[in-house]
Amino acid sequence: MLNPINNLNKLFDSRVRLGIMSALMVNSEVNFNDLKMLLEITDGNLASHLKALEENKIIKVEKGFIGRKTNTTYAITKNGEKEFKLHIAALEKMIKSTK
Amino acid sequence: MNERQQSLEDLQHIKKMMERSSRFISLSGLSGISAGLCALIGALVAKPYVYGQKDPIIDETAVIILAIAKDYRIVFYSYLFWIAIATFIAAFVTAFFFTYLKSKKEETPIWSNTSKRLMINVSIPIVVGGLFLFRMIQFETFGLIAPGCLIFYGLALVNASKYTLVEIRYLGFIQIALGLINLWFVGYGLYFWAADFGIMHILYGTYMWNKYERKESNA
Repeated sequence: MLNPINNLNKLFDSRVRLGIMSALMVNSEVNFNDLKMLLEITDGNLASHLKALEENKIIKVEKGFIGRKTNTTYAITKNGEKEFKLHIAALEKMIKSTK
Repeated sequence: MNERQQSLEDLQHIKKMMERSSRFISLSGLSGISAGLCALIGALVAKPYVYGQKDPIIDETAVIILAIAKDYRIVFYSYLFWIAIATFIAAFVTAFFFTYLKSKKEETPIWSNTSKRLMINVSIPIVVGGLFLFRMIQFETFGLIAPGCLIFYGLALVNASKYTLVEIRYLGFIQIALGLINLWFVGYGLYFWAADFGIMHILYGTYMWNKYERKESNA
């Protein structure tokens, strides 16, 4: 999963995924609509990124209801938190090493 | 674009997304200025009633009857009560207006998870303080109303600083400090009020506008 050249995680190789991970790092859970508003993207686009992260056990999904409306919330997994921190560390290292 | 630049932009994006998803950052400096101006105008209008140049009581007979009955509705017969209400509404509406404009410009929703969290956390000290001060009015300890407002409002701002721009924390500390000093200068409540709610808000608002908004509006 790690890019051998610079230790960057391929899974986080998109602005949308970085945004999702950032929001989930600082909030215990975020629902679909709030993510959509935060990232300003379409339902389909967001859903496909969320699916990829979920399949790699980076985030976990909880489906619930508010009244009769479905409310799907997302939270980061232990593993996801570890991977994302490594990714940030790799980004920082890259900035320092190529000065 | 080289890899270093790409990494830098990624990190900046992460920081921005973390902030945008956890703090309500559309709070405008102009909101602070407008709320401060409302407070100053309110204090000016209230001054002759507080210091005896004008009779603060709306209906003498009604007040006497209500006082004997120990009825809380006695507060409705004070001009000061209505001046306070009008000042609060004017400050709130104008503050909301400028923040609404800023959120429109930044295309961040005004009613979001972050703004809800901010509202809830501001409301806790405000509601508790409001009830506390209401009871103080009933016990006729009027001298403690002004410092009480400042202290509870300051606590609300300190609490709010976790959910919006952090600088509001210092405005909160100043409000609390002046409120506490006011406890030992009880007759000067209105002056503390004008200095704290009025002038401090205007200074804070000007500082915030300068720091975050002026550049953007010139760009």
